[in-house]
Amino acid sequence: MVTLSSNIPSGPLASKWEKHKFATTLINPANKRKYKILVVGAGLAGSSASATLAELGFEVHNFVFHDSPRRAHSVAAQGGINAAKNYQNDGDSVHRLFYDTIKGGDFRAREANVYRLAEVSLNIIDQCAAQGVPFAREYGGLLDNRSFGGAQVSRTFYARGQTGQQLLLGAYSALNRNIANGGVKSFTHSEMLDLVVVDGHAKGIVVRNLQTGEITRHNGDAVVLATGGYGNVYNLSTYARGANVTASWRAYKRGACFGNPCYTQIHPTCIPVSGDYQAKLTLMSESLRNDGRVWVPKRKEDRAKRPADIAEGERDYYLERMYSAFGNLAPRDVASRAAKTVCDEGRGVGETGLGVYLDFSAAIQRLGEGKVRERYGNLFAMYHEITNENAYQTPMRIYPAVHYTMGGLWVDYNLMSNIPGLFVLGEANFSDHGANRLGASALMQGLSDGYFVLPATISGYLASQNPGKRPATDNDAFKEAEENVQAITKRLLGNKGKRTPYSFHMELGKLVWEHCGMARTAAGLTQGIKAISALREAYWKEVNVLGESNDWNQSLERAGRIADFIELGELMCRDALMREESCGGHFREEYQYTPEDPETKAGLVNPGDVKRRDDQFAFVAGWEYGGAPDKAPVLNKEPLVYEEVHMSTRSYK
Amino acid sequence: MKVTLKVWRQKNRSTPGAFKTHETPELNVNMSFLEMLDVVNEQLANRGEEPIAFDHDCREGICGTCSLVIDGKPHGPHKGITTCQTYMRTFNDGDEIVIEPFRAKAFPLIKDLVVDRKAFDRIQHAGGYITVRTGAAPDANSVPVPKQTADFAMDAAQCIGCGACVAACKNASAMLFVAAKISHLGLMPQGQPERYRRAKGMVDQMDKEGFGACTVTGSCEAVCPKEISLDFIARMNRDYGVALLKGDAKAVKSGGAG
Ligand SMILES: Cc1cc2nc3c(=O)[nH]c(=O)nc-3n(C[C@H](O)[C@H](O)[C@H](O)COP(=O)(O)OP(=O)(O)OC[C@H]3O[C@@H](n4cnc5c(N)ncnc54)[C@H](O)[C@@H]3O)c2cc1C
Ligand code: FES
Repeated sequence: MVTLSSNIPSGPLASKWEKHKFATTLINPANKRKYKILVVGAGLAGSSASATLAELGFEVHNFVFHDSPRRAHSVAAQGGINAAKNYQNDGDSVHRLFYDTIKGGDFRAREANVYRLAEVSLNIIDQCAAQGVPFAREYGGLLDNRSFGGAQVSRTFYARGQTGQQLLLGAYSALNRNIANGGVKSFTHSEMLDLVVVDGHAKGIVVRNLQTGEITRHNGDAVVLATGGYGNVYNLSTYARGANVTASWRAYKRGACFGNPCYTQIHPTCIPVSGDYQAKLTLMSESLRNDGRVWVPKRKEDRAKRPADIAEGERDYYLERMYSAFGNLAPRDVASRAAKTVCDEGRGVGETGLGVYLDFSAAIQRLGEGKVRERYGNLFAMYHEITNENAYQTPMRIYPAVHYTMGGLWVDYNLMSNIPGLFVLGEANFSDHGANRLGASALMQGLSDGYFVLPATISGYLASQNPGKRPATDNDAFKEAEENVQAITKRLLGNKGKRTPYSFHMELGKLVWEHCGMARTAAGLTQGIKAISALREAYWKEVNVLGESNDWNQSLERAGRIADFIELGELMCRDALMREESCGGHFREEYQYTPEDPETKAGLVNPGDVKRRDDQFAFVAGWEYGGAPDKAPVLNKEPLVYEEVHMSTRSYK
Repeated sequence: MKVTLKVWRQKNRSTPGAFKTHETPELNVNMSFLEMLDVVNEQLANRGEEPIAFDHDCREGICGTCSLVIDGKPHGPHKGITTCQTYMRTFNDGDEIVIEPFRAKAFPLIKDLVVDRKAFDRIQHAGGYITVRTGAAPDANSVPVPKQTADFAMDAAQCIGCGACVAACKNASAMLFVAAKISHLGLMPQGQPERYRRAKGMVDQMDKEGFGACTVTGSCEAVCPKEISLDFIARMNRDYGVALLKGDAKAVKSGGAG
């Protein structure tokens, strides 16, 4: 058992961060360069952290498996980034952004972290604008905003349909400047395969060079993981194909607790699956829900009709019907589950019946096709490329798909895991989104963690470490970690089975989707655990990995990542089984509102909405590795104590 | 449908490569080009043959990882899209499709269809940024940017750094890429103080990396998945010219003995 102490500073919510920054020990400038910090990942979180730490004077080494930091998965974000600037004068404030995020996360996030996130959001936009990020502007030259799911104010900043790429290019440029001036040493095509823990502290990593296969040891005074989310455990998702859990998973196996692994986000607006060969699901930005109306036919007999042949009165605009206050802008978990419900009722559209319409005809009538094209042209073009359909003339078909993971390595208020010296940023940690993330808040969190939070908190830890005294790479712990990596490689390549690694990934994805997807039950999860652990055993007997270790070998890279995904899939099911409540994206069929519940009668919720059990489950689950893949992990709990906000019933009606 | 692939296979830089023919299994017309390669690779792996190495990641046209010259054209037959956004319905049953890597001296081959494009990063280390320390920025709305300017900068900023422009050019010139980067920052008001220094640094590094000269054939613009305009090259040339006229800004010694 480990104690998960959140280390939240005392005092009123609004002054905790200020106070904490002041209380954190600073490091003498002359000593800073004696500390070496290893940052793994260069998405928004990793690039911004690396650049900022180098500016502060630390020696920074940055590692990515990509060929360039600019290709991190952050590049794919389309819609935008939130900030409580209130430039629109529509009633936004730090407190409102904080409250929306806490409520959006269904009261399962850590209050103090979320408040800090909302505070820091103001600085992020300033920083990005100063870097030359070409945000959308109004004619007067000021920044433009739009609204996003789960919010009733316009606080989302964007850059055409590619906010992620533009913010990443900003952070990458900051990184480049520090690479050029020697502050950061960049290691690309370098995959971290193990964490080195010396006397209980994270002091290094073991890395494989993907081009040459060479395995190297790297020591540091602290290790920072900013390695992204694990949604590819489902195989089919909106993630980049390369996104994986390996860095986090190997840290978990070295003792870092995994927080809330079952909290995954299924995004409501993605292009439906079309066939078995499919490797990727494509997100249609949530911004489309600002102008698109979601519907299915009222009667299932109509589902095969052409949408144009279904009269207005025969359509069920179910989000508007069920959630009149938020309508099509209901949060993602709510909108996704509603889509599943109508499809389960047999009213889903498209060949597979797993689809709903997202209809722009009203917007086109109101605004004209030109305006709609200006707002969403690239998304309509993308939709056309993939489906060969023209969404200006016929509604888009969409269906929920795996998109984001709120769970991740457990961290305290300082973003440090339970292994001293190991910090975790961005999507890789668990902290700010609770059981459901609101749109446009992941980019905000990544940049908040990297530009502003970690650079302020890391010195508290470093100050406890003697400058220039980090263990050398010939230390036994380094040797053991390298041997571990070599052994995994050898085992994979030596295992002359009959099945491809990818065939296991597909099978895993189906299992996790079926048992730990949009709707979960005790029976299903129990079955899932059994099936996935059997798959793990089969993997090591039957997998066949071609090629060599000392060469570019994509089969080998993939095989190692899939092995970790399989183990993770099992942990997710265990977490979901343990959590006998529904909250946000975690929907346990046994725990939902019924027509008889007082909240339903009071009109706060719909029957079928998620039902939390705060008396028993208001805690973060921090899973600790059991020592071997077939040994049960240990559950540690961090109670969620809300000092200022009342944990209320989440209503979007 | 089924197609025949003629694919460039090369174990590594020091081993000579050659085209190899692979027959696909039955395909679905709604498959993406890369999903087709996935299927072929599974088939190869099941036979114990090494899969075709190819680069990809986001599979939605934004990360710039996918490459491939398809039937002689970087990113394949369609205008304004990447390889990963190309679908099999573009081809006909029975077609023979030739697939090659992005070839250029400055992009050394790694394996099969994968090349090393790190030269692009090094060009950006040489000035592809606005110097602003974290925390030092003024309020974002304190510097208004005319909408046209922001939109124009965005046209350039859309570049995904894939290198198709280099692969398409008979001189393997990287001018379109570098021009897009220089123009994005050079158009924004925030990028003015370092504008000429940036242009000089990046262009000089581009030359050092061994990219060829530009003879304005426009083949880069034609294959660019983000349809970056050739006009940015003229802009870059002007900025570079100004930088030469201005000469290297001499470092100013910090004064005083205080
Ligand atoms: C299609 C899509 C659209 C999205 N749109 C939005 C949006 O509009 N707004 C919003 O707020 N959020 C959005 N999100 C979510 C958001 O983009 C991500 O959560 C966020 O960008 C993650 O950033 P990150 O820095 O944590 O990780 P990433 O950007 O995923 O970066 C991970 C980094 O870690 C490196 N890495 C990983 N493992 C290793 C290893 N073992 N060794 C070495 N390096 C490693 C990678 O090379 C990479 O550099 C979207 C997500 C998707 C999928
Ligand atoms: S794979 Fe990212 S652009 Fe094609």
